[in-house]
Amino acid sequence: MTARSEAVVIGASAGALEALSAILPQLPAGFRLPIMVVVHVPADKQSVLAELFQNKCLVEVREAEDKEPITGGTVYFAPPDYHLLVEMDRTLSLSSDEPVLFSRPSIDVLFESAADAYGSALIAIVLTGANQDGAHGLSTVVDLGGTALVQNPDEAFASAMPEAAIVLCPDAQVMSLSAIAEYLREV
Amino acid sequence: MDAAVTDDLAHERTEDIEIRLLLDALYYRYHYDFRDYAMASIKRRLRQGRQQLGFASFSAMQDALMRDPDMLPRLLGFLTVQVSEMFRDPSYFRAIREKVVPHLRTYPSLKVWIAGCSAGEELYSMVILFREEGLEERTLFYATDINQEALRAADTGIFSLDRIPLFTENHRKSGGRHSLSEYYHAAYGRASFDKSLRRKVVFSDHSLVTDAVFGEMHLISCRNVLIYFNRSAQDRALGLFEGSLVRKGFLGLGAKESLRFSSQAGSFVDFVREEKIYQRSAQ
Repeated sequence: MTARSEAVVIGASAGALEALSAILPQLPAGFRLPIMVVVHVPADKQSVLAELFQNKCLVEVREAEDKEPITGGTVYFAPPDYHLLVEMDRTLSLSSDEPVLFSRPSIDVLFESAADAYGSALIAIVLTGANQDGAHGLSTVVDLGGTALVQNPDEAFASAMPEAAIVLCPDAQVMSLSAIAEYLREV
Repeated sequence: MDAAVTDDLAHERTEDIEIRLLLDALYYRYHYDFRDYAMASIKRRLRQGRQQLGFASFSAMQDALMRDPDMLPRLLGFLTVQVSEMFRDPSYFRAIREKVVPHLRTYPSLKVWIAGCSAGEELYSMVILFREEGLEERTLFYATDINQEALRAADTGIFSLDRIPLFTENHRKSGGRHSLSEYYHAAYGRASFDKSLRRKVVFSDHSLVTDAVFGEMHLISCRNVLIYFNRSAQDRALGLFEGSLVRKGFLGLGAKESLRFSSQAGSFVDFVREEKIYQRSAQ
């Protein structure tokens, strides 16, 4: 299944910086897949995530722009206060629709749209967080044949989000951060 | 691939076809054109609508839409739902106040178009700003949307009182010269904005996807509307804006909207780059 993988989506909330720091800098320069990331950040803050990770990573990292064609080997962060979605033609779009589970950007919104676009070729990863966002999206990914990875709640800075994801997707692979990084390197 | 997955994919494709047919029906029956919208969020909104209106499938929803005109406003409610704030992105309004207004002062009369005004948050913000800058008297504001219910809501100027603290804070950060409370009165959990703010406003039903140029504007503010369009609809709308602006007129877009991927990029130059305020080229 992973041989055909075409894209990765990641959702993280409380403790996101540390968790992502254990994954994204581990990706090699020639990494093949695009990675779309939603991190819950306050709406009024200018996001520094893309800038921060750009300096740490071998892959290209940037904030997603509306109608941008998705290219492999690039990490796209959702901008603060906008949902990030994947269109069927594999471009990105942003929306300012109402927050979902009090979150904008919402992990569910990204995951569900990416599942529509990539089906079984999608790898979706739920990391640390103190809410329930991502669980529904992950179950949509699984329903459409995609691969679900969840950070081991015992090792997560905040366990609620990975726990909620596991409850809705009992078949998801529960992994440590280093195992997730390893998994992606092998894709 | 196992059978369950195949079924799910087949189901997915069926749903996509049904959505396309539903949007076709909406266009041919009622002339509302969502066919060139960015589909990922339309799909999400339609799924919500289908669930909440209690239809088993989009085909069933389409059937009801074709025969029952009462379905139209209910469906549009889902398709066009917009949440904004007054003075959303205060730095945008500060840039309008400090950088654009000095140019606008040089005109004896002004036309301003709030395109996709929804329930009016952006419109009232702009009228208040123009009043505070002494430009309201010489200005005509055009507020347009495709959703007539939203236009009616905008025309009442009533907002839930629990939203006012945020509006007030935004207004202050935008460089507001008076307290926002001078422009509304509060009663029964609602803030009712003064009707004098609507004296210079014309509300109108207008679609950026299907309707024509709206003439001789000095400023067009259209924020977080274009992100809902696909690229061809974006290009069309931007062409409309170009055709509707006076030479060197101003266009304000949403914080994450840009002309970068548009074929219309050459018609505009950056004016306040970080606030997505553009100026129509002099040619």
